[in-house]
Amino acid sequence: MTTYDLIFYLFALIILVSAFIVVAARNIIYSAFSLLFTFFGVAGIYVLLNADFIAVVQVIIYVGGILVLIIFGVMLTNKITEVEIKTESFQVLPSIIISGIIGGTLVAIFTKTNWKVAEPQILDKTVTEIGRFLVSHYMILFELAGIILLVALIGSVMIARKEKLETEEVEK
Amino acid sequence: MTVGLNHFLALSAVLFSLGIYAVLTRKNAIQVLMGIELILNSANINFIAFAHYGNFGLTGQVISLFVIILAAAEAAIALAIVLNIYKQYSTVNVDEIDGLKE
Repeated sequence: MTTYDLIFYLFALIILVSAFIVVAARNIIYSAFSLLFTFFGVAGIYVLLNADFIAVVQVIIYVGGILVLIIFGVMLTNKITEVEIKTESFQVLPSIIISGIIGGTLVAIFTKTNWKVAEPQILDKTVTEIGRFLVSHYMILFELAGIILLVALIGSVMIARKEKLETEEVEK
Repeated sequence: MTVGLNHFLALSAVLFSLGIYAVLTRKNAIQVLMGIELILNSANINFIAFAHYGNFGLTGQVISLFVIILAAAEAAIALAIVLNIYKQYSTVNVDEIDGLKE
């Protein structure tokens, strides 16, 4: 067993344990904070797969952006002065069966299939190459991503401020 | 057992089923969102694992970058909707939100 394997199993353990806490914790704050460890573990897996730039992007966007947004959502939608911030589950048994079937089938397919694996190549300049891809081969996707982010920005501001707009119209 | 493509794919499959479980069972809308983030992360692990072991160059990494961009946009919109729902109903439990208009 090499160091690579040990690091993989360590990160896999972190991901699976913290993801299990995310889905099973009764306190929503515990879920939100354990999501942090899941994202960090996934970033470590990306580093193992020779995707250093994606790992840094994962840490910046997921941990720095989405997770903060989710914690804001938790804080704004629960009465934080109450001590209990509990959430409930429902339809637990059918969901365990359904997700167990899905997960078991996927794991069986993924491990039984005889994948044609090429020799993993170690690239030393991923950032340069990704940048070159983004402005040449994936140019239209890149521009579309910018438009989507702008639309999401404007849309979320519009949705979050809808009530105020309506009262202004009533006043007129 | 040396770690190969199968191990990464199995990890992402387990993460995916945990995300499905969160989406199906949790009552709080924000925890449903967390489940969706888990699902997107498992898809990203698949993209990057295939890119690493399949001799596709950097295509998989670029695609996973776009997945991350879409996840950010989705989280922003979804939380705006959740906050608006909380203003209307004073709850974010998805089983209590059953009206199409006030």
